[in-house]
Amino acid sequence: MGEAAKKPVLVVMRHSPYGSSLAKAAVDVALAAAAFEQAVDLLFIGEGVLQLLPGQESHKLGKKNIGRQLASLPLYDIELVYVDAEAALRYQLDIASSPVNAQLLGPQEMRQLMVGYDHLLGL
Amino acid sequence: MPAGVFCLGGAPLVIYSLLVLSSPVSGHGSRTGAAFAHSAIARGHSIHRVFFLDAGTLNGSHNSILPQDETDPAASWEALHREHGVELVLCISSALRYGMLDATEAARHDRSNATINPAFSVSGLGQLVDACAHSDRLITFGG
Repeated sequence: MGEAAKKPVLVVMRHSPYGSSLAKAAVDVALAAAAFEQAVDLLFIGEGVLQLLPGQESHKLGKKNIGRQLASLPLYDIELVYVDAEAALRYQLDIASSPVNAQLLGPQEMRQLMVGYDHLLGL
Repeated sequence: MPAGVFCLGGAPLVIYSLLVLSSPVSGHGSRTGAAFAHSAIARGHSIHRVFFLDAGTLNGSHNSILPQDETDPAASWEALHREHGVELVLCISSALRYGMLDATEAARHDRSNATINPAFSVSGLGQLVDACAHSDRLITFGG
């Protein structure tokens, strides 16, 4: 890692946890950015909110548990993630049972959030 | 204009990095990404790095063969490296899953031969994080 100034990054989680390998890739990107001490936040939109479902029994698919990985975010100093409120409602997601502290955002709030970052990584 | 962008003769010159999620054989993200990179360089901008993640790592294959009447996006990426020295990096964990091995990884995992085009290298996600830190714009293709 060079000496460039930190550029805040928002990773936008757009994919369901086990429908493809992109959700896992997005979590890995977020954890790598945090491990390299970059300023990184996560926003879950659309079917990406399903990554926050409690009790994911991914071992039955032979896959790593994305919910459990997200629960480790506070170890990387990411204490709070942001969630598309409309998608949470559509998918009946109760953020009180999310594996990591989550805050619901409306469309206007999501727009305001996004302009605060140098880079958006949507995957 | 983003921080770090400067002007030369009026045109703002931008340092870009690319994140490629698209496989070369599905959709057109890979083709569009390579075309974008060539056009940006032709206009005087620079490409700091291209990072290939997930199915995007298939762009580094040395073994895929397309029908003669189709264009191979991998050739366009290779030209970017050959003609402009652009760094082409495959995410190592994705690359291993997709069978994209350089000579070191092939030996480490007891496979008979490397499967990636030597224009590409294999490295960790730190290279993507580093690309974010050193670029004015990061553009994602596919996903």
